[in-house]
Amino acid sequence: MNLIRELWKSLLESLRGLGAITRFLLNLIAHTPQALMRFDLIVQQVFNSGALSLVIIMLSGLFVGMVLGLQGFQLLQRFGSEEALGVAATIGLVKELGPVVTALLFAGRAGTALASELGLMRATDQISAMEMMAVDPIQRVVVPRFLGGIIAMPLLAAIFSLIGIYGAQLVGVQIMGVDSGSFWSQMRASVGLRDVNEGIVKSCIFGVACSLIAVYEGYYAVPTAEGVGRATTRTVVTSAVVVLFLDYLLTAAFL
Amino acid sequence: MNQTTSIVEIRNLGYAVSSRAVFAGLDMDISRGRVTAIMGPSGTGKTTLLRLITGQAVADSGSIQVAGTDMRTVRRADLYVLRRRMGMLFQNGALLTDLSVFENVAFPLREHTDLPERIIRQLVLTKLQAVGLRGAAPLMPGELSGGMTRRVALARAIVMDPDILIYDEPFVGLDPISMGVILRLIRRLNDALGLTSIVVSHNVQEITTVADTVFLLSGGKVVARGTPQELQSYPSDVVRQFVGGLPDGPVPFHYPAQDYFSELLAPGEDH
Repeated sequence: MNLIRELWKSLLESLRGLGAITRFLLNLIAHTPQALMRFDLIVQQVFNSGALSLVIIMLSGLFVGMVLGLQGFQLLQRFGSEEALGVAATIGLVKELGPVVTALLFAGRAGTALASELGLMRATDQISAMEMMAVDPIQRVVVPRFLGGIIAMPLLAAIFSLIGIYGAQLVGVQIMGVDSGSFWSQMRASVGLRDVNEGIVKSCIFGVACSLIAVYEGYYAVPTAEGVGRATTRTVVTSAVVVLFLDYLLTAAFL
Repeated sequence: MNQTTSIVEIRNLGYAVSSRAVFAGLDMDISRGRVTAIMGPSGTGKTTLLRLITGQAVADSGSIQVAGTDMRTVRRADLYVLRRRMGMLFQNGALLTDLSVFENVAFPLREHTDLPERIIRQLVLTKLQAVGLRGAAPLMPGELSGGMTRRVALARAIVMDPDILIYDEPFVGLDPISMGVILRLIRRLNDALGLTSIVVSHNVQEITTVADTVFLLSGGKVVARGTPQELQSYPSDVVRQFVGGLPDGPVPFHYPAQDYFSELLAPGEDH
């Protein structure tokens, strides 16, 4: 009986959270047109979320691609079709690993930075100070960070996939000796616009989800050291679960 | 606009936080052009009163008029118009940590005006000069001491030439020199710029040297008002306890608790 009551309570709690974050999202969208007038602020945030995540994204992309090259080669060799390595690696990267791994890394690198920055701004009265200076903090601080994240994510995912394909090629062609001509030509013949679109749509949606969770958690963080820490942790955990859940839904939708 | 001498009029103010009454029937008039101090023991809601005056919180009952605007019914857009005429100095300065000292002071100008860069530069440097920190313009907030941070925040608060300047505990954690600097700035800015200054503080000695009028809050009400001299000899136990810094009196030393001995002798249970 107690268990049911607890479950019911936590269900209500999560529904309430979902409602609050939806309202927050609508509020952000309402402020977007005005925020777009100050595009320099958004560019600054694309730099903060995107450019500063480049190294970790590129390194991870390279290693994921190299692992794909090894594993793919091992598997395809059993069927005598090593030339298909290019196709396998590219499909895997562009449709799945690119958007998903980028989103997880983004949540860990840029999302936590956003959440802790906003949380600390609230804890140190910077948000209140802006309100006292008649500057709307949602429009001046939150929306540019939100939009910056949305713009940065697909770009990062594209770079991740690109470097990943290079990594797979490095291992497959240069080390394992797959024929370079068939690696590239099979890839070009079999990977279609539809596959690329799926990757782009996924990374855009993950961008919205991760940025929204980060700015929401940060903006409403309890203004103490503990509260900001918890907001940062929740950003990563929630983003990871939401991204994987959305990934399943989107993959099913694209079938 | 209301042309009476009061710029802030509070009548019968009621405000509660989670069913605990912070204010019950508070009345207060703050005169235009003067330095008004709001004092009181910790936890009497001095900062809360500032939040109500600046519209960061909304009162439950009574009325608050600031420069002729009713703060209980004001619309957000009008509130923002009113706030351009208010400057506020937060306890810790609340400088934007990603901007330099210069950009922090320039922030309100850049957000609210289309002034050319040359004019912004002049305005910012004049205000920084007024607080003695023109040389610190290129520094980042992290490189400043506590006193300097508050002076930069003060320059930022006056950069839009406000009518009202509000100080929330401006002396907390400052060394005597910085405290003296802030005290002198409060008086000088008030007189030179024709401001109305509201200072919330519990530093009795310091504040009485600059304030024209002092309000002493306790138990959600104004228990005393007058000039600093009048307060020294005010016929009230609360005032005597506060001004004299006595540890026990009408404001009790002990937080409310059950009987001491029965709690000590009670069989151990987890709190």
